[in-house]
Amino acid sequence: MSLALIVMLPFLGALLPGLMMRSGRNACAITTGSVTFLAFSLLLTHAPAVLRGEVIQVSWQWLPALGLNVSFFLDGLGLLFAGLILGIGLLIITYSRFYLSKADSMGAFYTYLLLFQGAMVGIVLSDNILLLLVFWELTSLSSFLLIGFWRHLPEGRQGARMALAVTGGGGLFLIAGMLLLGHAAGSYELSVILERRELIQASPLYLPALLLILGGCFAKSAQFPFHFWLPHAMAAPTPVSAYLHSATMVKAGIFLMARLWPVLAGTEAWTWLVASAGLVTMILGAWIALFKDDLKGLLAYSTVSHLGLVTLLLGLGSPMAAVAAVFHIINHATFKAALFLIAGIVDHEVGTRDVKRLGGLLMLMPITATLGMVAAASMAGMPFLNGFLSKEMMLEQAWHHGWLAPGGWLTPLLATLGAVFSVAYSFRFIVHVFFGPQRDDYPAKPHDPPAGLWLPPALLVALVVLIGLFPETFAGDLVRTASAAAMGAVAPEFHLSIWHGVTPALGMSVVAVAVGLLLLWRYPGVRGLWARGPHPEAKVMFDGVIAALVRFSRALVLNLHNGSLQRYLAILVGAAVALGFAAYLGADGAARAPGGRETLAAGPVVVVAWLLLMVSTLMTVIMHRDRFVALILIGVVGVIVSIGFVYLSAPDLALTQIAVEVGTVILILLALYFLPKVTPVESGLGRCVRDGALAVLGGVGVGVLSWAVMTRDFSSISTYYLEHAKPLGGGANVVNVILVDFRGFDTFGEIIVLGIAALAIFALLEGALHGRLAPRLRNWTPDYAHAADRHPMMMVVATRVMLPLALMVGVYIFLRGHNMPGGGFIAGLVVAIALIMQYMASGFGWAEKRMPVDYHAMIGGGVLVAAATGIGAMVLDYPFLTSAFDYFSLPIVGKFELTSAMPFDIGVFLTVVGAVMLALAQLSKMGQRLNQHAVNTQPMDYNPSADRQADATREN
Amino acid sequence: MNHWPILPLLLPALAAPLIALAVRHDIVLQRVFSVASTVLLLLLSLILAGKVADGSVLTYELGNWPAPFGIVLVLDRLAALMLVLTSVLGLFVLLYAINGWDQRGKHFHSLFLFQLLGINGAFLTGDLFNLFVFFEVLLIASYGLMVHGGGALRVRAGVQYVIMNLVGSSLFLVAVGLIYSVTGTLNMADLAVGVAEVRPADQALLHTGAILLLLVFGLKAALFPVQFWLPGTYANAPAPIAALFAVMTKVGAYSIIRVYTLIFGDAAGDAGSLAGAWLAPAALATLVLGMLGVLAARSLGQMVSFAVVGSMGVLLVAVGAFTPQSMSAALYYLLHSTLAAGALFLIVDMITQRRAEHADALIAAPTFAQAGLIAGGFFLAAIAITGMPPLSGFLGKLLILDSLREGPAAVWIWGLILSTSLIAIIGFARAGSVVFWKSLAEPGQLPVGDTPKGSLPFVAVGLLLAMLVLLTVFAGPISGYLDNTAEQLFFRRDYIDAVLGSGRAS
Repeated sequence: MSLALIVMLPFLGALLPGLMMRSGRNACAITTGSVTFLAFSLLLTHAPAVLRGEVIQVSWQWLPALGLNVSFFLDGLGLLFAGLILGIGLLIITYSRFYLSKADSMGAFYTYLLLFQGAMVGIVLSDNILLLLVFWELTSLSSFLLIGFWRHLPEGRQGARMALAVTGGGGLFLIAGMLLLGHAAGSYELSVILERRELIQASPLYLPALLLILGGCFAKSAQFPFHFWLPHAMAAPTPVSAYLHSATMVKAGIFLMARLWPVLAGTEAWTWLVASAGLVTMILGAWIALFKDDLKGLLAYSTVSHLGLVTLLLGLGSPMAAVAAVFHIINHATFKAALFLIAGIVDHEVGTRDVKRLGGLLMLMPITATLGMVAAASMAGMPFLNGFLSKEMMLEQAWHHGWLAPGGWLTPLLATLGAVFSVAYSFRFIVHVFFGPQRDDYPAKPHDPPAGLWLPPALLVALVVLIGLFPETFAGDLVRTASAAAMGAVAPEFHLSIWHGVTPALGMSVVAVAVGLLLLWRYPGVRGLWARGPHPEAKVMFDGVIAALVRFSRALVLNLHNGSLQRYLAILVGAAVALGFAAYLGADGAARAPGGRETLAAGPVVVVAWLLLMVSTLMTVIMHRDRFVALILIGVVGVIVSIGFVYLSAPDLALTQIAVEVGTVILILLALYFLPKVTPVESGLGRCVRDGALAVLGGVGVGVLSWAVMTRDFSSISTYYLEHAKPLGGGANVVNVILVDFRGFDTFGEIIVLGIAALAIFALLEGALHGRLAPRLRNWTPDYAHAADRHPMMMVVATRVMLPLALMVGVYIFLRGHNMPGGGFIAGLVVAIALIMQYMASGFGWAEKRMPVDYHAMIGGGVLVAAATGIGAMVLDYPFLTSAFDYFSLPIVGKFELTSAMPFDIGVFLTVVGAVMLALAQLSKMGQRLNQHAVNTQPMDYNPSADRQADATREN
Repeated sequence: MNHWPILPLLLPALAAPLIALAVRHDIVLQRVFSVASTVLLLLLSLILAGKVADGSVLTYELGNWPAPFGIVLVLDRLAALMLVLTSVLGLFVLLYAINGWDQRGKHFHSLFLFQLLGINGAFLTGDLFNLFVFFEVLLIASYGLMVHGGGALRVRAGVQYVIMNLVGSSLFLVAVGLIYSVTGTLNMADLAVGVAEVRPADQALLHTGAILLLLVFGLKAALFPVQFWLPGTYANAPAPIAALFAVMTKVGAYSIIRVYTLIFGDAAGDAGSLAGAWLAPAALATLVLGMLGVLAARSLGQMVSFAVVGSMGVLLVAVGAFTPQSMSAALYYLLHSTLAAGALFLIVDMITQRRAEHADALIAAPTFAQAGLIAGGFFLAAIAITGMPPLSGFLGKLLILDSLREGPAAVWIWGLILSTSLIAIIGFARAGSVVFWKSLAEPGQLPVGDTPKGSLPFVAVGLLLAMLVLLTVFAGPISGYLDNTAEQLFFRRDYIDAVLGSGRAS
């Protein structure tokens, strides 16, 4: 339990700094420090047991389906890393308190730092490799925030993004690698995986898993060729660089390689990949570090190089190399973190960290200089310091290992070369910063910092010296336990000591120091040599790749999504045609043939109607630019289709179709009043051909399908409807019974669609009436002049005479609906059309005055009435929309039928009328808005009766 | 009589017209009515999910007509899950919208509830034609919402949206007609039985119907090559509506899952395997196009829209494998991506409202009020949608990768899912860095001006993000439910027996 708490504490504590900042910077720093201290103390309580060789485990289930568990375990390796993370973390927190300026948001800084710390501890304590992935990517995310902490600086932002892209991307490799590894091992628990070396190495998944995992590790630990992000991450505040980019995060990759060493190492592939990457990185990093003028840049490349050294050791695959690797991890963390902190002090107190502007600081900042020199000497691998010990071990391993060339001379040579550069840049750090003449052009007056800044590096330097002098006392047990854990076996017998006698490694060391000092002595010449060589600038390349990717994405995606509806539709129709043809033609030959059903003979009337349909369709296409004509032609098509329904014995469909045609054509005509009357030419010949081809193919396709369908015999559920409409549905008109009863729920949905459409039209046009469009509408002049006689007498008289008749027809159609063609839907349309005619003939103002109906209420009411009918059934414990009917008789009227479908149909009727009329009302409101004419109060512009009176007066 | 399955439809079907009828003149009343209805809807959905958690399938025969002759509603685990998701998202989006969005045009609340009706109906219906009807309900309501508030760009995008989808509706009818012509039924359970019995001579028609239906659902789900409408629509829709639309693409995904497991599942022969063959490559193309779009986008709204396209790609890749394990993973990802996209759209709106004329363009502009808090929200939501740990996107991605190990295309699928994740990460990092970091270097601060002051929008976004956290923390039990859901989908007998009575299932 307390193991999980060690991981959780930093996360929980991450909430605190932001809050405690309100009570000052000290409170904020102390709170943050306490959180880390608590976690560190918890860790130490487990240390004795772990050093005895015990492994502490704790586990909960999280996502069992995946094998993802919240399980932690603490062994030597975990203890080592967690100790480094929390211990150095404590120093960094102290240091940051004095490093950050008042302008920096300290609360946010500590929050990010704790998030990072938690993620890092999570990585090293995870027992489950999927859980490890979670923490792994969390370190990428939190380091993104930390590197970009000075968000106003472009370097910070760009460095953060680059680090995220590389380490986050590496994390994606790792995801794949871990999933493969877990699959090969049959478990995602590290403690199980580590037992299954043979199984894993025999699996065909071993190589891909290895490649992917190494990709993730190399990216994280800045190994060649992913090393380029680390120097750019130096835009972060220096404590962050010290913490993330030397002591902890970059070691995550190393950690994972060490962690998985027992199962992955020992194969050819492993040695070749890991050792060579390590070797290249070690030499390349050290070489570049030699020429970096920015102190942090120098340290960054030095870090790259030292990480390469550890990687090389892990790659060699021998037990003693692993011991050396573990030992160097400790040593590097101590001296490199100290050096970063010292670089930060120099930057803080002198105002620059450019080596060329520094020098002669020894007497000005004696404490800093002393600490810096000791730490740098350790980095160079000078005797009596911890860096010396682990470097000796490395050189010894390189000497013994016959890898890379027959006779084994190449590895020692290259290792020595790395050591040479390492000595050179370390001494350059010492000499060019602290020695030399004092200058008078420092940006600030150099002096030693307050204790808060120099104490943390001093502690680290103390460790450097103590481990250097008494390695067995201060690090022996830890190295032994940790390397045993890393190897998954008992560590080989070894004794850490300063003196091993005269060994090849000592000779290599001596050579390295001598040649390194020589290089420094001849520095200008060496630098000239370097200056002539190629300097591939990784950032430029990275930015170039990203920019190219963005350009490519824009060219591809934004050009595809160019907002052209024609293109979208062409692709949609094209896809439908292609898929349809592929599916149809892909079926067996027999299935493609038309059915055997006998076709009806085509009489002359049918042929004429058919020709008319084709001609009017073609005419619509040809004349579509003239919108009025096109609309009329579409109306003609609609009428012929209605006639077709009549011919095919579907009177209900025909009635509905014709009513819908009339209603929509009138509404579109009204809308067209506000729109351009001519469609502009937008398509070139090419597009016309393309669209034409698609249209023809689509038409042929649908035609073939229709033919195939209609020439086949088929049985369907419709026989049930035919049989049961009268006895169970109470209606002889099967279509109507289907609409209001069998499938009344569809109708319920459709009237809702109609109602929504009307509400949407209302809302849309209301926007046009009152929104930003309103002024435009007011200033708009109609394309056509008004007819002088807006309300012609003939039409007024005719529609008035027709109104009662039309209403009567509506009622009639409504009532007969259940047994004969008709019903609420058609009746609603008929009534709506009759009303529209009144509005058209006599003007909206006049008509509205005589029929003050709230159409919103009509729509809402209609839907509610229909729903209420259905709910009525529910009250009687039947499902929604269950119908009932019975026959009654009254005097005079005689026997008649009452059905519950009737109120449902009333709902349909109301909604239809309301929806059509609401649309009409909104359109006429727009008309009124732009109309300079006053709203008429008279039914006719020309009043015959008034004229007659005038005539009469004249006669008198 | 057990009326539970109809209630999630009846509630909005009554509330929406009631709002239009009685309280349309008073915004407070409208808000009270619609929030109350949505809360009730959420409760109902939860109750329903509880009722079917044991694997039972509830049916509801409308008009008391026996299946397959009448319309039947079917509530199984999948439907219940989708209901819960819809009502959760709907409620939080609604809470966000009452910061003033709902007053920018008429009938917002009425249309909103009608929209929920349409979506719920699509999830509940067990009838192919009734599915068409609910597609229409949700299409027309979404169009009304899409153009809510007006504006030239929005209306233009709205026209594209509605025309594309109306063409889709026509295709739907053609497809249903074809399928009906060879099976003679519309009831989905009956179709599940009938499709296997279609004569060889009628297979061509059946195949054509099946594949056209896939195209129709693909259009709704923004599947390549019919995803074109989505970026323009979502980027120009009112933000809360774009957030709600996050579940609309899932209606398409749901329909694919339902129809191609139940009707055109393994038992359907060639017609069934046809869909899988087309779906997976199309989904991969969708994924690539969407994630590249994230990088290509010039505004936040556009970026999130493309992220939605990309996430539909991931989702449908998993669906396209048609195995219980991949389906369960897909459903987890479905829950996650809906909530994450919803949250992101709302956060983008917060930014847009505060950046005055710079709106959501991906350019540096003076910083704005509450930038820190909003940046935090953006960071979390971006982590979620790009599938970074620790949020549910990561778990979803792992589940999907884990379920798609087998098969010759596995390398492609893994490679594309992972590499497009990286592209999305880069895209979101760039965007966040420009809007929140680079903008700090711009002089001055935009005046607070008329930015909304209430805390409700923050609460709404916070709740959505909290849902993602819950989804992550309770991934175990949730994926357990989803495993059962997927199993139920592939074990079709329960569904068929529940609708048609036992003994009909093959």
